[in-house]
Amino acid sequence: MKFSESWLRSFVAPNVSGEALSHLLTMSGLEVEEEQPAAPFFDHVRVACVLEVVKHPNADRLSLCRVDAGGGDVHEVRSIVCGAPNVSPGIKVPCALPGANLPGNLKIKAAKVRGIESGGMLCSARELGLSEDASGLLILPDDAPVGEDLRVYLDLDDTLRTLKLTPNRADCLSISGIAREVSALTHARVLAPEVLETPVETDLQRPIVLDAPDACPLYCGRILAGADANAATPDWMKRRLERSGMRSISALVDITNYVMLELGQPLHAFDNAKLKGTIHARSARPGEKILLLNGQTLELREDVLLIADDARPLAVAGIMGGDETGITSGTTEIFLESAFFAPHAVAGRARRYGFGSEASYRFERGVDFGGARRVLERASQLILEICGGRAGPLVEASAPLPERRPIRLRPSRVARLLGVLIPDEEVVGILRRLGMRVESDGEDFLVVPPSFRFDIEIEADLIEEVARLHGYDNIPSSNSRADLMMLPRSESERGISRIRQILMDRGYQEVVNFAFVDEEWEKNLAGNTNAIRLSNPIAAQMSVMRSSLLGGLIANLVTNLKRKQTRVRLFETGRCFFRDPDGAPVAGFSQPWKLGALAYGAALPEQWSAASRTVDFFDAKGEVEALLAPNAEILGARFERAAHPALHPGRSAALSIGGKCVGVVGELHPRWVQHYELPLAPVVFVIDLDVLKFARMPEFAEVSKQPLAIRDLAVVVDQKIALRDILEGIKTDSPATVRDVDLFDVYTGNGVEPGKKSLAFRIVMQDTQRTLLDTEVDAAVQRMLAYLQNTFAAQLRT
Amino acid sequence: MQNLDRIVQEAQVDFSATDDPDALEQVKARYLGKSGRITALLKEMARLSPEERKATGQTINRAKEAIENALSERRDALRRAALERRLAEEAVDVTLPGRREVQGGLHPVTRTLERIEALFRSIGFEVADGPEIEADFQNFTALNMPEGHPARSMHDTFYLLDENGAVVDDVLLRTHTSPIQVRYMQAHVEKYGALETMPDIRIIAPGRVYRVDSDATHSPMFHQVEGLWIGANVSLADLKGVCADFLRRFFESDDLKVRFRPSFFPFTEPSAEIDVAFMRGALEGRWLEIAGCGMVHPNVLRHVGIDPEKYTGFAFGMGPDRLTMLRYGVSDLRLFFDGDLRFLRQFV
Repeated sequence: MKFSESWLRSFVAPNVSGEALSHLLTMSGLEVEEEQPAAPFFDHVRVACVLEVVKHPNADRLSLCRVDAGGGDVHEVRSIVCGAPNVSPGIKVPCALPGANLPGNLKIKAAKVRGIESGGMLCSARELGLSEDASGLLILPDDAPVGEDLRVYLDLDDTLRTLKLTPNRADCLSISGIAREVSALTHARVLAPEVLETPVETDLQRPIVLDAPDACPLYCGRILAGADANAATPDWMKRRLERSGMRSISALVDITNYVMLELGQPLHAFDNAKLKGTIHARSARPGEKILLLNGQTLELREDVLLIADDARPLAVAGIMGGDETGITSGTTEIFLESAFFAPHAVAGRARRYGFGSEASYRFERGVDFGGARRVLERASQLILEICGGRAGPLVEASAPLPERRPIRLRPSRVARLLGVLIPDEEVVGILRRLGMRVESDGEDFLVVPPSFRFDIEIEADLIEEVARLHGYDNIPSSNSRADLMMLPRSESERGISRIRQILMDRGYQEVVNFAFVDEEWEKNLAGNTNAIRLSNPIAAQMSVMRSSLLGGLIANLVTNLKRKQTRVRLFETGRCFFRDPDGAPVAGFSQPWKLGALAYGAALPEQWSAASRTVDFFDAKGEVEALLAPNAEILGARFERAAHPALHPGRSAALSIGGKCVGVVGELHPRWVQHYELPLAPVVFVIDLDVLKFARMPEFAEVSKQPLAIRDLAVVVDQKIALRDILEGIKTDSPATVRDVDLFDVYTGNGVEPGKKSLAFRIVMQDTQRTLLDTEVDAAVQRMLAYLQNTFAAQLRT
Repeated sequence: MQNLDRIVQEAQVDFSATDDPDALEQVKARYLGKSGRITALLKEMARLSPEERKATGQTINRAKEAIENALSERRDALRRAALERRLAEEAVDVTLPGRREVQGGLHPVTRTLERIEALFRSIGFEVADGPEIEADFQNFTALNMPEGHPARSMHDTFYLLDENGAVVDDVLLRTHTSPIQVRYMQAHVEKYGALETMPDIRIIAPGRVYRVDSDATHSPMFHQVEGLWIGANVSLADLKGVCADFLRRFFESDDLKVRFRPSFFPFTEPSAEIDVAFMRGALEGRWLEIAGCGMVHPNVLRHVGIDPEKYTGFAFGMGPDRLTMLRYGVSDLRLFFDGDLRFLRQFV
C-alpha cells in the first residue's frame, strides 16, 4: 500500500515528524518498506505566465519570451530565452529564477543566450524531475496563481511511503484505515471527509437480489444518469492517485479508484444502458463464461460468485468487471456498485485464473461491511461534482452480515502471555482506540471488534493488539528461567558433525545440492525409472526428487573442472527420496539421509615428497573403511562385488550390513566418464547415514602378559580367489591362539605364474595363560598352509 | 727419563695429526702395540735390578697412561667429528613443505547451523529433524493454515505427482521447518501426555525447505532453522530474551541492536519480526530483517493435543543462509548451491 503523507495528514494530523511517523507505523506492525519524496529537491521555481513570444533574432529554434513570474507586489516582467516547441503566449509554466537549484545539480543564472539576456528558465517536467516528459514545457492549469512557489502549488514537499502490510491488516489498505491506526497510536483525532446523503433527482433504479446471501450479504447500487464520462479528472485527484501508484484513466474510473484508496471499499461502475432487469449476486453456473475488462475470458466454476443481470454475467464479484458492460466514453448512465463480498467467496479465485486485482486483494482479506452505504454516497457525490448528472435512489439488499461476537479477555492471561503487567485502564484504552467495544465482566473484559477488522477472533488476537499499542519495545526482555534438565547423550551414537569431520580431515569439501535433479541423472546414475516427479518444477532439469547424491556430485565435479580445478574431493549429506508403500512418517515415501562423496584426480595433493597417483577404487574404499572404523567388525560390514548402474562393474562394491545393502563404492562407469566428458574417472561412494551414526561402546578385556609369536606365510593362489574367503576360512580353521592374520603384501609379476597372485600374511599368535612353544606355533602355521593348499590350491611361496 | 716424555709428546702429536679412526689405531700400535715403543721399553725393564725396575715401571706406566688418555681423547674427538659430519650430511631443507593432505571444509551454511545448534544446546535445546516430503497436515493445517487459507498463497509450494502423473494433494515439499515442530510436539504429547505436567519442549529444528521461487535473492531450496519452547509459563518476554541473546552470541556482538516489531504469521499470536542493526561494518546502523517469531497460536497447540490454557510457548524461525551471508559478507545466495570449490574453500 503506497500513500502520500500529505493525503494522510488531511485525515489525521498528529504532531509528529515524517521520520517519527515511519518509525511509529513500522513499530506498530505496519512496516514502512519504502520512503521517497514526491519530487526531487529544487528551489526558486515559480508559477509563471508567458506574456509574449517572439523569435530569437540569432537562433532559429529559440524563442524570446516575456514572462511574468510574480515577485512581490510589483510583478516584474522577465525576458527569458526558451527552446521548447510548445511555448506560446498565455500559458502558465514553471519558471526557474536566477539562483534556482534544479535536479541534476543544475544552477540557474542570468546569462546571455546567443547574445540576448535570459532572466531564468522555463521548465519541462523532466527538468524538474517530475516525470520523464521532456517533449516541452510543463503546462500548468490556467488558474494556477502566478508567482506561487511551484512546490507549494503542486504540493511537492510530500513524502510517499509504501507499507508492507501483513495479510491480516486489510483494514489499512486505505488512507482512512491508516489514519485510524495513526489516531490509535497518537491519540490524534481522525478528520474524515463529510459524506452527505446524495439528493435523489431521478427515479431510475434497479432491483437487487442476493441469491447467495452467505457470499454476498450486502449489495448497494445506484443509477447516476446524465453524467459526462468524458469529464476531466481534477488535478488534485490525479495527483493523489499517481502518488498512490495508480494511473489516471478517466474521471469515472478515477473516482472509483480514488474512493477505494480513500475509504478501502472497492467499487464497480457498470454502463447501465447495457444492463437488463434485476441485479443478481449469485454463484456461477458450471461452464458459464465471462470476458473480463483485462481481456481474459474465464470459464467459471460454481464456487465463483457472479454479479449478473437477467441476461448474462456482468462481473466476477469482488474481482473484476465484465468487458461488455464496463463504462466507456459513450456511457451516460452509470450503475454504481458498493457491496460486501465475504473473504471466503473471493479468496484464491483470481489466483486460480492467474491474475489479481486491487478489488480481489482487498475482498480476499476483508472489507469493512459497515461502510458500503457511506462509500456509495461518497462516490456519488464525487461523480456529481466532477461529471455532473442526477442520482437515483440508493437501493440496498442485505442479509445477515458477519457476526462480531464478544471475546473474553482475561488480564491475567495478558500478563502470562506477554510476561509483563499492563494496567487494566491501559488495556481498555488501547482496545477502545482501536474501535473495539469493551465491557467489564467481573475481572475480565468482553470485547467486540469493529466491522473493519477480520483478524480478531480469539483472546490471543486481542493480546497482540494490546502488545502492539503498548509497544513491543516496552515489553521487557527477560533472562528466562527453566527447569534444568540434561539432554540425553548416547555414547552408542555419533553425530553427523563427527562424520563430516572425518571426511573433512581427509580433504573432502562439503557441498549442498538441490534435492530436485535432472531426470536423466536418476536414470543414468541410479537406474531409477520411477522417480518422484514434481508437479510444478521450476525447470526441466530440476523436475524429479533425487534418490542418489551422485548426480549432484558429478555436476559439481563438471563445474569445478570447468574452473580449472584438477583435484576435487566433495561430499554431501542429505536426504534421498524413494517411493515406498511402507514409508514413514509420510506414507508412500521413504526419505533416508545419505552421505555421498566423490574424489577425482590425484590421490594426494601434488607435492615433492610423494609420487603422483590417480585415485582408484581402494582410495574410495579406504574412506568408507575410515568412516566405519572402529565399528566395521561389530556391524559386520561386508563389501561385495555388485552391479550398479553408475559404476564400473569390476571396480565397484556394495557395502552390506546384516545382509542389507547400505551403500556402494566404486569407480564411475567408463560410459558415464565419457558421457560427462571427464578426463579421468572419479571414484565415489554413497552410504546410508544411519549406519555411520553407530558408535561402538568400548568394552574392557584383560591385556595378556604372554609374549606374541609372529610368523610370516606367503602363498600363491589363483587371481580370482577373494581375499575375504581366505581370511574367513583361516579364521574358522585356526586355533584360538591365532590372534590376527593380516595380509601385508599382494604381488603379481616376475616370479609368479600369470593368472596367479602371491599373498603374504603375518600371523600373530598368543595364549592368554602361557608362553607358546615354537612347536605349537609352527604346527599352527603348517595347519594353515595345509588348509590353504586343500581349499584354495595354494602353493607355498619360497 | 727425558726420553719417555718425548715419546708421550710424540704420541700426542701423532694422534692429533691422525684424522682417520683406522689410522689412529695403527698409530696407537706404534706406541702401545706388541712392538710399540712403550712395549719395547717395558720389555727392556727385564734387564734392570728389582729396585730400578719398580721406579722405571712406574714412570713407564705413567707415560703409557698419558698416551692412552691422549688416544681415548683423540678417539672421542674423531667420533664426535664423524657424528657431526653425519648429522650435517643428513640435514634436510626444513623449509620444504611437509607431507600433506589438504584440509577439507564444511559448507558455510552447515558451519552456521552447527554454530546455532551449539548455542541453543548450551541452554538446553535439543535438535530435531523431520521429513522433507511432508504431509499437508503438518506443513499447513496443523499450523493454523487450513485449506484455502490465504497465508498458504504466500508459500509457493512444490507438489508431487504420483506414478500415474496425477498430483498428490496431501503431500508436498515442506515450505518451512515448522512441521518438524508439529511432529515433535505430537511425539512429546504421546510420550508425556498422561503426566500431570509435561516436561518443557525446547527444540530447534534446522533443515532444507522448498519454495517455487528462483531469482538473485531466492533459491527454490534454502535453509531454515526454527526454535520452539513450550512450557507452563513461557512468555513474549522470554521470547525476546532468548532471541536477542542468541543473535548477540551468534554475531559475537554485545552491542548488536535487536528490535521486535509486530507482524503476522498464522501459527503465532502475538507475532513479531526481529530486526538487527550492527554497530560497525558495512551494514552499520541499518535495520535488517532477520527472523520471524511469536507466541504459539492456541489452535496450533490444540492441533497437536496440547492444552493452550495449561501451556504457552514461543516459536521463531530464521534463515541460516541469510545469517551466513551477514556473518561472512557473502554477496549472493546462489553461491551456496553452486558447488564451486573456489568459493567453498574460503570456509575451510
